[in-house]
Amino acid sequence: MIIEYIPIFVVLIVAIGFAVATVLSSGIFGPQRPNSEKLSTYESGMTPVGSTNERVSVKYYLVAMLFIIFDIEVIFVYPWAVQFQNLFGEIGISAFISMFIFLVVLELGYLYVYKKGGFKWD
Amino acid sequence: MSLEILLFIVFSLISVISAILMITRSNAVISALYLILNFAGLAGLYLLLNAQFIAVTQVIVYAGAIMVLFLFVIMLLKPEHEKKFLEAKPKLKIFAVAIAAIIFLQLIYLLFFSKPSESLSPEMTKSIDSGTIEAIGKQLYTNYLLPFEAAGFLLLAATVGALILAKKKIE
Repeated sequence: MIIEYIPIFVVLIVAIGFAVATVLSSGIFGPQRPNSEKLSTYESGMTPVGSTNERVSVKYYLVAMLFIIFDIEVIFVYPWAVQFQNLFGEIGISAFISMFIFLVVLELGYLYVYKKGGFKWD
Repeated sequence: MSLEILLFIVFSLISVISAILMITRSNAVISALYLILNFAGLAGLYLLLNAQFIAVTQVIVYAGAIMVLFLFVIMLLKPEHEKKFLEAKPKLKIFAVAIAAIIFLQLIYLLFFSKPSESLSPEMTKSIDSGTIEAIGKQLYTNYLLPFEAAGFLLLAATVGALILAKKKIE
């Protein structure tokens, strides 16, 4: 049972291994001629001023909220896509219509946000 | 020791340690990052319970989307204000301790005083298969179609609500 998930674990191990190997190998094989100017933060930029803990605008919150909503929409589509052929064989065209209604209801929300300028950065 | 038990120990250690680290960090952003690690450990535990769809949802929705919202809320609220808020209202601390104590007692009861069922009932063996994405798809789009469509309307309400709350100038 757990054996079925071995490919996923292999992918995870390869992904983590690749990330670690690239970072480590560039440290090992790359040339290192450090000086104090090079090691300073923002070597060729402005010196940071003040705290990083500034409050950000509520506009970002709208983006995050819309991202969650359409993420959940996609989550509902996965089981439907996997089972679509079986469902179509059993209950016919209504398997298609049920998902169509769901998507239309959500796209109404998308159109509303678009028309009200929710994607504009004012 | 079987592979399942070994994986269970690994995933529960990840969840418990990251949860402890989460509540002891002073920087709220770092706490949120440990919460993501905690969600990843929980996803592994769901997988061991044969709930593969919930495990994937845990990673995509919770660790992906909800945590983005958490981080934005932390940055929006500026957590230093929160510390002063707790100092100004010490009664809130008593309230928090009381709720934590109730949850702790419930956990103690579940761990030591409730008896786990010895054998699997037929409903339970059937429910082992119900965590697969195929089983969820079959049930959700036939027997539970109305809750599914209602969820669509709930998400529509959330879309409109988010726009109304967060947009300064609505055209």
